[in-house]
Amino acid sequence: MKLMSFDRAPKRNLNQKLVQQVGFNMIRLITLITILPILGIVVYIAIKGAPAISWEFISAMPSDGMRAGGILPAIIGTIYLMLGTGMISVPLGIAAGIYLAEYANDNWWTRLIRIAIISLAGVPSVVYGLFGLGLFVLFFNFGISIISAALTLSIMTLPVIISTTEEAMRSVPYKFRVVGISLGGTQWQTIRKVILPRALPGIITGIILGLERAVGETAPILFTGATFYLPHLPSSPMDATMALPYHIYVISTQIPGMPVTIQYGTVLVLLAFVLAMNLIASVIRSRARAKRQW
Amino acid sequence: MKRNEAWITNTIKIAGSSSILFVMLIFIFLMREGLPTLSEIDLSSLIATRWYPIEEMYGILPLISGSLIVTIFSMIIALPFGIGTAIYIGEIAPQRVNEILKPLVEVLAGIPSVVLGFIGILVLSPAMRIGLNLPTGLTALTGAVLLALIAIPTIVSLTEDAFYAVPTSYREAAYALGATQWQVIWRVVLPAARSGILNAVMLGIGRSLGETMAVMMVTGNAPTIFTGLESFIAPVRTMTATIASEMGEVATGSAHYRVLFFIGIILFLFSLVINITSSSLSMRPKRGKDQVVS
Repeated sequence: MKLMSFDRAPKRNLNQKLVQQVGFNMIRLITLITILPILGIVVYIAIKGAPAISWEFISAMPSDGMRAGGILPAIIGTIYLMLGTGMISVPLGIAAGIYLAEYANDNWWTRLIRIAIISLAGVPSVVYGLFGLGLFVLFFNFGISIISAALTLSIMTLPVIISTTEEAMRSVPYKFRVVGISLGGTQWQTIRKVILPRALPGIITGIILGLERAVGETAPILFTGATFYLPHLPSSPMDATMALPYHIYVISTQIPGMPVTIQYGTVLVLLAFVLAMNLIASVIRSRARAKRQW
Repeated sequence: MKRNEAWITNTIKIAGSSSILFVMLIFIFLMREGLPTLSEIDLSSLIATRWYPIEEMYGILPLISGSLIVTIFSMIIALPFGIGTAIYIGEIAPQRVNEILKPLVEVLAGIPSVVLGFIGILVLSPAMRIGLNLPTGLTALTGAVLLALIAIPTIVSLTEDAFYAVPTSYREAAYALGATQWQVIWRVVLPAARSGILNAVMLGIGRSLGETMAVMMVTGNAPTIFTGLESFIAPVRTMTATIASEMGEVATGSAHYRVLFFIGIILFLFSLVINITSSSLSMRPKRGKDQVVS
Protein backbone atom coordinates (compact mmCIF):
# COMPACT_ATOMS: atom_id res chain seq x y z
CA MET A 1 0.00 0.00 0.00
CA LYS A 2 0.99 3.55 -0.66
CA LEU A 3 1.59 4.77 2.83
CA MET A 4 4.20 2.10 3.56
CA SER A 5 6.70 2.91 0.83
CA PHE A 6 9.80 3.33 2.99
CA ASP A 7 13.19 3.60 1.39
CA ARG A 8 15.86 1.10 2.30
CA ALA A 9 18.95 3.01 1.29
CA PRO A 10 21.05 3.74 4.42
CA LYS A 11 21.46 7.37 3.44
CA ARG A 12 17.70 7.88 3.35
CA ASN A 13 17.44 6.13 6.72
CA LEU A 14 19.75 8.71 8.17
CA ASN A 15 17.49 11.38 6.68
CA GLN A 16 14.49 9.72 8.27
CA LYS A 17 16.23 9.79 11.64
CA LEU A 18 16.83 13.49 11.18
CA VAL A 19 13.22 14.08 10.15
CA GLN A 20 12.10 12.21 13.26
CA GLN A 21 14.42 14.22 15.47
CA VAL A 22 13.15 17.52 14.06
CA GLY A 23 9.53 16.33 14.20
CA PHE A 24 9.77 15.18 17.80
CA ASN A 25 11.35 18.44 18.87
CA MET A 26 8.62 20.38 17.10
CA ILE A 27 5.94 18.37 18.91
CA ARG A 28 7.76 18.89 22.22
CA LEU A 29 7.84 22.63 21.58
CA ILE A 30 4.14 22.72 20.71
CA THR A 31 3.32 20.83 23.90
CA LEU A 32 5.46 23.20 25.93
CA ILE A 33 3.71 26.24 24.44
CA THR A 34 0.36 24.65 25.30
CA ILE A 35 1.30 23.73 28.85
CA LEU A 36 3.17 26.89 29.89
CA PRO A 37 0.16 29.25 29.81
CA ILE A 38 -1.76 26.83 32.08
CA LEU A 39 1.01 26.85 34.67
CA GLY A 40 1.52 30.56 34.07
CA ILE A 41 -2.13 31.43 34.74
CA VAL A 42 -2.35 29.37 37.93
CA VAL A 43 0.96 30.59 39.35
CA TYR A 44 0.33 34.21 38.37
CA ILE A 45 -3.10 34.25 40.03
CA ALA A 46 -1.68 32.57 43.13
CA ILE A 47 1.11 35.17 43.44
CA LYS A 48 -1.06 38.20 42.71
CA GLY A 49 -4.00 36.96 44.79
CA ALA A 50 -2.20 35.67 47.87
CA PRO A 51 -1.68 39.12 49.51
CA ALA A 52 -5.45 39.67 49.53
CA ILE A 53 -6.25 36.42 51.31
CA SER A 54 -6.92 36.83 54.99
CA TRP A 55 -9.50 35.58 57.43
CA GLU A 56 -11.35 38.85 57.04
CA PHE A 57 -11.39 38.53 53.25
CA ILE A 58 -13.23 35.21 53.34
CA SER A 59 -15.39 35.89 56.37
CA ALA A 60 -16.54 39.51 56.07
CA MET A 61 -19.20 41.28 54.05
CA PRO A 62 -18.07 43.59 51.25
CA SER A 63 -17.92 47.28 52.10
CA ASP A 64 -17.34 50.59 50.32
CA GLY A 65 -19.20 49.49 47.17
CA MET A 66 -17.30 46.17 47.19
CA ARG A 67 -13.97 48.00 46.98
CA ALA A 68 -13.08 46.82 50.47
CA GLY A 69 -14.00 44.15 53.00
CA GLY A 70 -14.56 40.47 52.27
CA ILE A 71 -16.38 38.26 49.86
CA LEU A 72 -18.31 36.07 52.30
CA PRO A 73 -21.71 36.35 50.54
CA ALA A 74 -20.18 35.25 47.22
CA ILE A 75 -18.51 32.24 48.84
CA ILE A 76 -21.64 31.23 50.73
CA GLY A 77 -23.74 31.76 47.60
CA THR A 78 -21.50 29.49 45.56
CA ILE A 79 -21.68 26.80 48.26
CA TYR A 80 -25.50 27.08 48.35
CA LEU A 81 -25.67 26.79 44.56
CA MET A 82 -23.35 23.79 44.60
CA LEU A 83 -25.38 22.00 47.29
CA GLY A 84 -28.68 22.84 45.59
CA THR A 85 -27.38 21.60 42.26
CA GLY A 86 -26.07 18.42 43.85
CA MET A 87 -29.38 17.69 45.61
CA ILE A 88 -31.14 17.53 42.26
CA SER A 89 -28.55 16.33 39.77
CA VAL A 90 -26.88 13.65 41.92
CA PRO A 91 -29.88 11.37 42.58
CA LEU A 92 -31.31 11.94 39.11
CA GLY A 93 -27.97 11.46 37.35
CA ILE A 94 -27.06 8.31 39.29
CA ALA A 95 -30.50 6.79 38.65
CA ALA A 96 -30.25 7.58 34.94
CA GLY A 97 -26.71 6.16 34.79
CA ILE A 98 -27.87 2.96 36.54
CA TYR A 99 -30.72 2.70 34.06
CA LEU A 100 -28.38 2.96 31.05
CA ALA A 101 -25.84 0.52 32.48
CA GLU A 102 -28.17 -2.10 33.94
CA TYR A 103 -31.70 -1.88 32.57
CA ALA A 104 -31.67 -0.30 29.11
CA ASN A 105 -32.04 -2.55 26.07
CA ASP A 106 -30.30 -1.69 22.85
CA ASN A 107 -33.32 -0.20 21.10
CA TRP A 108 -34.37 3.10 19.54
CA TRP A 109 -35.52 4.55 22.85
CA THR A 110 -32.12 4.00 24.44
CA ARG A 111 -30.44 5.51 21.40
CA LEU A 112 -32.75 8.50 21.73
CA ILE A 113 -31.75 8.86 25.41
CA ARG A 114 -28.08 8.81 24.41
CA ILE A 115 -28.62 11.45 21.74
CA ALA A 116 -30.46 13.55 24.35
CA ILE A 117 -27.56 13.24 26.81
CA ILE A 118 -25.03 14.21 24.13
CA SER A 119 -27.23 17.15 23.16
CA LEU A 120 -27.54 18.32 26.77
CA ALA A 121 -23.75 18.15 27.13
CA GLY A 122 -23.33 20.42 24.13
CA VAL A 123 -25.90 23.11 24.86
CA PRO A 124 -24.07 26.44 25.32
CA SER A 125 -24.09 27.63 28.92
CA VAL A 126 -25.83 30.90 28.08
CA VAL A 127 -28.64 28.94 26.41
CA TYR A 128 -29.10 27.10 29.72
CA GLY A 129 -29.45 30.55 31.23
CA LEU A 130 -32.19 31.48 28.76
CA PHE A 131 -33.95 28.17 29.38
CA GLY A 132 -33.79 28.65 33.15
CA LEU A 133 -35.19 32.14 32.74
CA GLY A 134 -38.04 30.92 30.56
CA LEU A 135 -38.96 27.82 32.59
CA PHE A 136 -38.00 28.35 36.24
CA VAL A 137 -37.90 32.12 36.69
CA LEU A 138 -40.94 33.04 34.58
CA PHE A 139 -43.12 29.99 33.94
CA PHE A 140 -42.82 28.40 37.40
CA ASN A 141 -42.55 31.89 38.85
CA PHE A 142 -39.60 31.01 41.12
CA GLY A 143 -38.14 34.41 40.27
CA ILE A 144 -34.43 35.19 40.27
CA SER A 145 -33.54 32.79 43.06
CA ILE A 146 -31.18 30.12 44.32
CA ILE A 147 -33.73 27.48 43.40
CA SER A 148 -34.03 28.66 39.77
CA ALA A 149 -30.25 28.82 39.40
CA ALA A 150 -29.70 25.44 41.07
CA LEU A 151 -32.32 23.78 38.87
CA THR A 152 -30.71 25.27 35.75
CA LEU A 153 -27.23 24.18 36.83
CA SER A 154 -28.54 20.69 37.71
CA ILE A 155 -29.72 20.06 34.18
CA MET A 156 -26.41 21.36 32.88
CA THR A 157 -24.38 18.99 35.10
CA LEU A 158 -26.64 15.99 34.51
CA PRO A 159 -24.84 14.63 31.39
CA VAL A 160 -21.49 14.45 33.23
CA ILE A 161 -22.98 12.58 36.18
CA ILE A 162 -25.00 10.20 33.98
CA SER A 163 -22.07 9.26 31.74
CA THR A 164 -19.57 8.76 34.56
CA THR A 165 -22.09 6.70 36.56
CA GLU A 166 -22.81 4.51 33.55
CA GLU A 167 -19.12 4.08 32.82
CA ALA A 168 -18.36 3.22 36.46
CA MET A 169 -21.19 0.66 36.59
CA ARG A 170 -20.07 -0.93 33.32
CA SER A 171 -16.49 -1.24 34.53
CA VAL A 172 -17.68 -3.73 37.17
CA PRO A 173 -17.30 -7.16 35.48
CA TYR A 174 -20.39 -9.07 34.40
CA LYS A 175 -19.60 -12.03 36.68
CA PHE A 176 -20.38 -9.91 39.75
CA ARG A 177 -23.96 -9.65 38.50
CA VAL A 178 -24.17 -13.38 37.75
CA VAL A 179 -22.96 -14.22 41.25
CA GLY A 180 -25.33 -11.71 42.84
CA ILE A 181 -28.36 -13.14 41.05
CA SER A 182 -27.31 -16.76 41.59
CA LEU A 183 -27.10 -16.18 45.35
CA GLY A 184 -30.82 -15.40 45.23
CA GLY A 185 -30.58 -11.63 45.01
CA THR A 186 -33.04 -9.70 42.88
CA GLN A 187 -31.66 -7.44 40.17
CA TRP A 188 -32.00 -4.36 42.36
CA GLN A 189 -30.41 -6.11 45.37
CA THR A 190 -27.48 -7.12 43.17
CA ILE A 191 -27.09 -3.59 41.88
CA ARG A 192 -27.35 -2.05 45.34
CA LYS A 193 -25.25 -4.46 47.34
CA VAL A 194 -22.74 -5.65 44.75
CA ILE A 195 -22.35 -3.33 41.78
CA LEU A 196 -22.97 0.11 43.25
CA PRO A 197 -20.36 -0.13 46.06
CA ARG A 198 -17.72 -1.12 43.52
CA ALA A 199 -18.72 1.63 41.12
CA LEU A 200 -18.90 4.25 43.87
CA PRO A 201 -15.44 5.82 43.48
CA GLY A 202 -16.08 6.37 39.77
CA ILE A 203 -19.50 7.83 40.49
CA ILE A 204 -18.15 10.19 43.17
CA THR A 205 -15.44 11.35 40.76
CA GLY A 206 -18.14 12.15 38.20
CA ILE A 207 -20.23 14.02 40.77
CA ILE A 208 -17.27 16.15 41.80
CA LEU A 209 -16.35 16.95 38.20
CA GLY A 210 -19.99 17.84 37.41
CA LEU A 211 -20.30 20.09 40.45
CA GLU A 212 -16.91 21.64 39.68
CA ARG A 213 -18.37 22.81 36.39
CA ALA A 214 -21.46 24.15 38.15
CA VAL A 215 -19.32 26.07 40.64
CA GLY A 216 -17.34 27.81 37.90
CA GLU A 217 -20.16 28.66 35.50
CA THR A 218 -21.45 32.20 35.22
CA ALA A 219 -23.68 32.36 32.17
CA PRO A 220 -26.41 29.97 33.42
CA ILE A 221 -26.90 31.96 36.63
CA LEU A 222 -26.74 35.43 35.07
CA PHE A 223 -30.49 35.74 34.66
CA THR A 224 -31.67 32.93 36.94
CA GLY A 225 -30.18 33.52 40.38
CA ALA A 226 -27.17 35.79 40.55
CA THR A 227 -27.32 39.26 41.94
CA PHE A 228 -24.87 42.12 41.84
CA TYR A 229 -24.79 42.86 45.55
CA LEU A 230 -26.53 41.55 48.62
CA PRO A 231 -26.18 43.34 51.95
CA HIS A 232 -27.04 40.14 53.86
CA LEU A 233 -26.70 36.40 53.32
CA PRO A 234 -29.55 34.70 51.41
CA SER A 235 -32.03 33.35 53.93
CA SER A 236 -34.22 31.12 51.76
CA PRO A 237 -33.98 29.20 48.48
CA MET A 238 -36.25 31.85 46.96
CA ASP A 239 -33.66 34.58 47.50
CA ALA A 240 -31.25 35.70 44.82
CA THR A 241 -27.62 35.23 45.73
CA MET A 242 -24.15 36.48 45.04
CA ALA A 243 -21.77 33.88 43.59
CA LEU A 244 -18.01 33.81 43.08
CA PRO A 245 -17.91 33.59 39.25
CA TYR A 246 -20.51 36.30 38.75
CA HIS A 247 -18.79 38.41 41.39
CA ILE A 248 -15.53 38.15 39.44
CA TYR A 249 -17.34 39.29 36.32
CA VAL A 250 -18.86 42.22 38.19
CA ILE A 251 -15.69 43.42 39.89
CA SER A 252 -13.59 43.11 36.76
CA THR A 253 -15.94 44.82 34.31
CA GLN A 254 -18.65 46.79 36.09
CA ILE A 255 -16.98 48.64 38.94
CA PRO A 256 -14.51 51.39 38.13
CA GLY A 257 -11.58 51.88 40.49
CA MET A 258 -11.73 48.36 41.85
CA PRO A 259 -8.51 47.51 43.76
CA VAL A 260 -6.53 44.89 41.82
CA THR A 261 -5.62 42.88 44.92
CA ILE A 262 -9.29 42.25 45.72
CA GLN A 263 -9.89 41.18 42.13
CA TYR A 264 -6.99 38.73 42.13
CA GLY A 265 -7.89 37.56 45.64
CA THR A 266 -11.44 36.73 44.56
CA VAL A 267 -10.19 34.93 41.45
CA LEU A 268 -7.74 32.96 43.61
CA VAL A 269 -10.53 31.85 45.96
CA LEU A 270 -12.63 30.55 43.05
CA LEU A 271 -9.63 28.91 41.40
CA ALA A 272 -8.59 27.24 44.66
CA PHE A 273 -12.17 26.03 45.16
CA VAL A 274 -12.32 24.50 41.67
CA LEU A 275 -8.80 23.05 41.66
CA ALA A 276 -9.32 21.50 45.10
CA MET A 277 -12.38 19.68 43.72
CA ASN A 278 -10.31 18.62 40.72
CA LEU A 279 -7.61 17.28 43.02
CA ILE A 280 -10.04 15.38 45.25
CA ALA A 281 -11.60 13.77 42.17
CA SER A 282 -8.27 12.57 40.82
CA VAL A 283 -7.13 11.27 44.21
CA ILE A 284 -10.33 9.23 44.55
CA ARG A 285 -9.91 7.94 41.01
CA SER A 286 -6.31 6.84 41.38
CA ARG A 287 -6.90 5.28 44.80
CA ALA A 288 -9.83 3.29 43.43
CA ARG A 289 -7.67 2.09 40.54
CA ALA A 290 -4.98 0.92 42.93
CA LYS A 291 -7.48 -0.96 45.11
CA ARG A 292 -9.36 -2.62 42.25
CA GLN A 293 -10.05 -6.33 42.95
CA TRP A 294 -10.49 -7.45 39.34
CA MET B 1 -40.17 -6.31 49.27
CA LYS B 2 -41.36 -7.23 45.78
CA ARG B 3 -43.54 -4.13 45.54
CA ASN B 4 -40.73 -2.01 46.90
CA GLU B 5 -38.42 -3.31 44.19
CA ALA B 6 -40.92 -2.61 41.41
CA TRP B 7 -41.21 0.94 42.71
CA ILE B 8 -37.46 1.45 42.64
CA THR B 9 -37.11 -0.10 39.20
CA ASN B 10 -39.80 2.16 37.80
CA THR B 11 -38.22 5.25 39.35
CA ILE B 12 -34.90 4.35 37.75
CA LYS B 13 -36.56 3.82 34.39
CA ILE B 14 -38.28 7.20 34.54
CA ALA B 15 -35.06 8.91 35.62
CA GLY B 16 -33.30 7.18 32.74
CA SER B 17 -35.53 8.91 30.26
CA SER B 18 -35.38 12.31 31.94
CA SER B 19 -32.72 13.61 29.53
CA ILE B 20 -35.18 13.39 26.65
CA LEU B 21 -37.66 15.42 28.67
CA PHE B 22 -35.06 18.10 29.43
CA VAL B 23 -33.95 18.49 25.82
CA MET B 24 -37.61 18.86 24.85
CA LEU B 25 -38.21 21.39 27.63
CA ILE B 26 -35.21 23.46 26.51
CA PHE B 27 -36.49 23.41 22.95
CA ILE B 28 -40.07 24.24 23.92
CA PHE B 29 -39.19 27.12 26.22
CA LEU B 30 -36.71 28.67 23.82
CA MET B 31 -39.39 28.47 21.12
CA ARG B 32 -42.10 29.81 23.41
CA GLU B 33 -40.10 32.92 24.25
CA GLY B 34 -38.20 33.34 21.00
CA LEU B 35 -40.46 32.32 18.15
CA PRO B 36 -42.87 35.28 18.48
CA THR B 37 -39.92 37.32 17.14
CA LEU B 38 -40.89 36.23 13.67
CA SER B 39 -44.38 37.73 13.98
CA GLU B 40 -43.16 40.94 15.62
CA ILE B 41 -40.15 41.70 13.45
CA ASP B 42 -39.79 41.45 9.69
CA LEU B 43 -37.45 38.72 8.57
CA SER B 44 -35.73 41.29 6.35
CA SER B 45 -34.88 43.52 9.31
CA LEU B 46 -33.72 40.50 11.28
CA ILE B 47 -31.35 39.33 8.56
CA ALA B 48 -29.72 42.72 8.40
CA THR B 49 -26.32 44.14 9.14
CA ARG B 50 -27.04 46.53 12.01
CA TRP B 51 -27.53 45.48 15.61
CA TYR B 52 -28.64 48.59 17.45
CA PRO B 53 -31.47 47.63 19.82
CA ILE B 54 -31.99 51.16 21.19
CA GLU B 55 -33.24 52.22 17.77
CA GLU B 56 -35.00 48.90 17.31
CA MET B 57 -32.52 47.67 14.76
CA TYR B 58 -32.19 43.94 15.27
CA GLY B 59 -29.94 42.77 12.44
CA ILE B 60 -28.33 39.56 13.70
CA LEU B 61 -25.77 39.15 10.89
CA PRO B 62 -22.98 41.04 12.72
CA LEU B 63 -23.47 38.76 15.73
CA ILE B 64 -23.32 35.60 13.63
CA SER B 65 -20.29 37.03 11.84
CA GLY B 66 -18.67 37.81 15.20
CA SER B 67 -19.25 34.28 16.50
CA LEU B 68 -17.85 32.76 13.30
CA ILE B 69 -14.72 34.97 13.21
CA VAL B 70 -13.83 34.21 16.80
CA THR B 71 -14.61 30.49 16.49
CA ILE B 72 -12.70 29.97 13.24
CA PHE B 73 -9.70 31.87 14.51
CA SER B 74 -9.71 29.99 17.81
CA MET B 75 -9.69 26.71 15.90
CA ILE B 76 -6.75 27.84 13.76
CA ILE B 77 -4.84 28.34 17.02
CA ALA B 78 -6.22 25.39 18.98
CA LEU B 79 -5.90 22.62 16.39
CA PRO B 80 -2.12 22.53 15.91
CA PHE B 81 -1.51 22.94 19.64
CA GLY B 82 -4.25 20.55 20.70
CA ILE B 83 -3.39 17.81 18.24
CA GLY B 84 0.36 18.34 18.75
CA THR B 85 -0.05 17.97 22.51
CA ALA B 86 -2.18 14.88 21.99
CA ILE B 87 0.53 13.37 19.75
CA TYR B 88 3.10 14.05 22.46
CA ILE B 89 0.95 12.62 25.26
CA GLY B 90 -0.33 9.66 23.30
CA GLU B 91 2.68 8.62 21.22
CA ILE B 92 5.94 10.18 22.38
CA ALA B 93 6.00 11.13 26.06
CA PRO B 94 7.29 8.66 28.64
CA GLN B 95 4.78 7.49 31.25
CA ARG B 96 6.16 9.65 34.07
CA VAL B 97 5.94 12.83 31.96
CA ASN B 98 2.32 11.99 31.19
CA GLU B 99 1.62 11.71 34.90
CA ILE B 100 2.28 15.45 35.07
CA LEU B 101 0.96 16.50 31.66
CA LYS B 102 -2.46 14.87 31.82
CA PRO B 103 -3.47 16.43 35.17
CA LEU B 104 -2.25 19.80 33.85
CA VAL B 105 -4.55 19.55 30.85
CA GLU B 106 -7.36 18.63 33.26
CA VAL B 107 -6.53 21.72 35.30
CA LEU B 108 -6.97 23.84 32.18
CA ALA B 109 -10.33 22.17 31.58
CA GLY B 110 -11.32 23.05 35.14
CA ILE B 111 -10.39 26.75 35.06
CA PRO B 112 -13.71 28.63 34.92
CA SER B 113 -14.16 30.73 31.79
CA VAL B 114 -14.73 33.85 33.86
CA VAL B 115 -11.23 33.41 35.30
CA LEU B 116 -9.76 33.17 31.80
CA GLY B 117 -11.76 36.25 30.84
CA PHE B 118 -10.34 38.06 33.85
CA ILE B 119 -6.77 37.17 32.84
CA GLY B 120 -7.74 38.22 29.32
CA ILE B 121 -8.74 41.69 30.51
CA LEU B 122 -5.84 42.29 32.87
CA VAL B 123 -2.94 40.55 31.13
CA LEU B 124 -3.64 39.37 27.60
CA SER B 125 -5.42 42.38 26.12
CA PRO B 126 -2.89 45.00 27.32
CA ALA B 127 -0.15 42.73 25.95
CA MET B 128 -1.97 42.51 22.61
CA ARG B 129 -2.50 46.26 22.49
CA ILE B 130 1.15 47.03 23.08
CA GLY B 131 2.55 44.08 21.13
CA LEU B 132 0.47 44.66 18.00
CA ASN B 133 0.26 48.43 18.44
CA LEU B 134 -3.56 48.54 18.38
CA PRO B 135 -5.95 51.22 19.67
CA THR B 136 -7.57 48.58 21.91
CA GLY B 137 -6.57 45.12 23.09
CA LEU B 138 -10.19 43.99 23.25
CA THR B 139 -10.36 42.29 19.86
CA ALA B 140 -11.53 39.16 18.07
CA LEU B 141 -7.96 37.88 18.25
CA THR B 142 -7.83 38.22 22.05
CA GLY B 143 -11.11 36.32 22.29
CA ALA B 144 -9.84 33.66 19.91
CA VAL B 145 -6.72 33.06 22.01
CA LEU B 146 -8.83 32.55 25.15
CA LEU B 147 -11.25 30.32 23.25
CA ALA B 148 -8.32 28.26 22.01
CA LEU B 149 -7.30 27.70 25.64
CA ILE B 150 -10.85 26.66 26.44
CA ALA B 151 -11.11 24.29 23.45
CA ILE B 152 -7.66 22.71 23.82
CA PRO B 153 -8.49 20.29 26.69
CA THR B 154 -11.47 18.94 24.72
CA ILE B 155 -9.36 18.52 21.58
CA VAL B 156 -6.43 16.95 23.43
CA SER B 157 -8.44 14.36 25.32
CA LEU B 158 -10.64 13.32 22.38
CA THR B 159 -7.67 13.15 19.96
CA GLU B 160 -5.72 11.12 22.47
CA ASP B 161 -8.69 8.72 22.79
CA ALA B 162 -8.67 8.40 19.01
CA PHE B 163 -4.95 7.51 19.02
CA TYR B 164 -5.54 5.00 21.80
CA ALA B 165 -8.23 3.32 19.71
CA VAL B 166 -5.79 2.64 16.84
CA PRO B 167 -4.89 -1.08 17.17
CA THR B 168 -1.30 -1.85 18.21
CA SER B 169 -1.06 -4.26 15.29
CA TYR B 170 -1.11 -1.31 12.86
CA ARG B 171 1.90 0.20 14.57
CA GLU B 172 3.70 -3.14 14.77
CA ALA B 173 3.13 -3.77 11.07
CA ALA B 174 4.64 -0.41 10.16
CA TYR B 175 7.65 -0.92 12.44
CA ALA B 176 8.18 -4.34 10.86
CA LEU B 177 8.39 -2.64 7.48
CA GLY B 178 11.21 -0.49 8.82
CA ALA B 179 9.29 2.69 9.55
CA THR B 180 10.62 5.15 12.11
CA GLN B 181 8.38 6.14 15.02
CA TRP B 182 7.77 9.47 13.33
CA GLN B 183 6.63 7.76 10.13
CA VAL B 184 4.32 5.53 12.16
CA ILE B 185 2.73 8.54 13.85
CA TRP B 186 2.45 10.58 10.68
CA ARG B 187 1.41 7.95 8.15
CA VAL B 188 -0.34 5.26 10.21
CA VAL B 189 -1.70 6.58 13.50
CA LEU B 190 -2.92 9.98 12.31
CA PRO B 191 -4.77 8.64 9.22
CA ALA B 192 -6.26 5.77 11.23
CA ALA B 193 -7.46 8.15 13.92
CA ARG B 194 -8.87 10.75 11.56
CA SER B 195 -12.56 10.18 12.33
CA GLY B 196 -11.80 10.56 16.02
CA ILE B 197 -9.80 13.71 15.33
CA LEU B 198 -12.65 15.10 13.25
CA ASN B 199 -14.93 14.40 16.21
CA ALA B 200 -12.52 16.31 18.46
CA VAL B 201 -12.52 19.24 16.04
CA MET B 202 -16.32 19.32 15.90
CA LEU B 203 -16.69 19.33 19.67
CA GLY B 204 -13.95 21.95 19.91
CA ILE B 205 -15.96 24.15 17.54
CA GLY B 206 -19.02 23.52 19.69
CA ARG B 207 -17.15 24.60 22.81
CA SER B 208 -15.89 27.79 21.14
CA LEU B 209 -19.21 28.74 19.60
CA GLY B 210 -21.06 28.32 22.89
CA GLU B 211 -18.50 29.94 25.17
CA THR B 212 -19.84 33.09 26.75
CA MET B 213 -18.07 34.81 29.61
CA ALA B 214 -14.45 34.80 28.42
CA VAL B 215 -15.51 36.06 24.99
CA MET B 216 -17.83 38.70 26.35
CA MET B 217 -15.13 40.09 28.62
CA VAL B 218 -12.37 40.46 26.01
CA THR B 219 -13.84 41.00 22.55
CA GLY B 220 -14.81 44.63 23.04
CA ASN B 221 -18.54 44.16 22.46
CA ALA B 222 -18.86 45.99 19.15
CA PRO B 223 -21.34 44.37 16.77
CA THR B 224 -19.45 44.72 13.49
CA ILE B 225 -19.54 42.65 10.35
CA PHE B 226 -16.59 40.83 8.84
CA THR B 227 -14.89 43.04 6.27
CA GLY B 228 -11.48 41.47 5.83
CA LEU B 229 -8.38 40.46 7.71
CA GLU B 230 -8.43 43.63 9.80
CA SER B 231 -11.61 42.34 11.45
CA PHE B 232 -9.45 39.90 13.40
CA ILE B 233 -7.77 42.70 15.30
CA ALA B 234 -10.92 44.82 15.74
CA PRO B 235 -13.59 44.52 18.44
CA VAL B 236 -16.44 42.15 17.65
CA ARG B 237 -19.42 40.76 19.44
CA THR B 238 -20.62 37.16 19.47
CA MET B 239 -24.16 35.79 19.74
CA THR B 240 -23.48 34.41 23.21
CA ALA B 241 -22.01 37.70 24.48
CA THR B 242 -25.00 39.62 23.15
CA ILE B 243 -27.46 37.45 25.05
CA ALA B 244 -25.41 37.54 28.24
CA SER B 245 -24.81 41.28 28.26
CA GLU B 246 -28.26 42.46 27.17
CA MET B 247 -30.75 40.02 28.68
CA GLY B 248 -30.36 41.55 32.12
CA GLU B 249 -31.55 44.93 30.91
CA VAL B 250 -34.53 44.15 28.69
CA ALA B 251 -38.19 44.14 29.63
CA THR B 252 -39.74 40.67 29.63
CA GLY B 253 -41.81 40.18 26.49
CA SER B 254 -40.37 43.15 24.57
CA ALA B 255 -39.17 42.77 20.99
CA HIS B 256 -35.55 42.98 22.17
CA TYR B 257 -36.20 40.18 24.68
CA ARG B 258 -37.75 38.01 21.97
CA VAL B 259 -34.83 38.55 19.58
CA LEU B 260 -32.35 37.53 22.29
CA PHE B 261 -34.27 34.27 22.75
CA PHE B 262 -34.34 33.90 18.98
CA ILE B 263 -30.53 34.08 18.97
CA GLY B 264 -30.63 31.44 21.70
CA ILE B 265 -32.66 29.19 19.38
CA ILE B 266 -30.02 29.61 16.66
CA LEU B 267 -27.25 28.71 19.13
CA PHE B 268 -29.22 25.72 20.40
CA LEU B 269 -29.78 24.42 16.87
CA PHE B 270 -26.09 24.94 16.01
CA SER B 271 -25.08 22.94 19.07
CA LEU B 272 -27.58 20.16 18.29
CA VAL B 273 -26.27 19.79 14.73
CA ILE B 274 -22.64 19.77 15.87
CA ASN B 275 -23.17 17.26 18.66
CA ILE B 276 -25.41 14.88 16.77
CA THR B 277 -23.09 14.88 13.74
CA SER B 278 -20.04 14.30 15.90
CA SER B 279 -21.70 11.49 17.83
CA SER B 280 -22.70 9.76 14.59
CA LEU B 281 -19.09 10.17 13.46
CA SER B 282 -17.73 8.55 16.58
CA MET B 283 -20.27 5.72 16.42
CA ARG B 284 -18.71 4.34 13.23
CA PRO B 285 -14.95 4.57 13.75
CA LYS B 286 -14.47 0.89 12.78
CA ARG B 287 -15.36 1.45 9.18
CA GLY B 288 -12.97 4.36 9.01
CA LYS B 289 -10.12 2.23 10.29
CA ASP B 290 -10.74 -0.53 7.78
CA GLN B 291 -10.48 1.98 4.98
CA VAL B 292 -6.95 2.87 6.03
CA VAL B 293 -5.52 -0.58 5.47
CA SER B 294 -7.52 -1.48 2.38
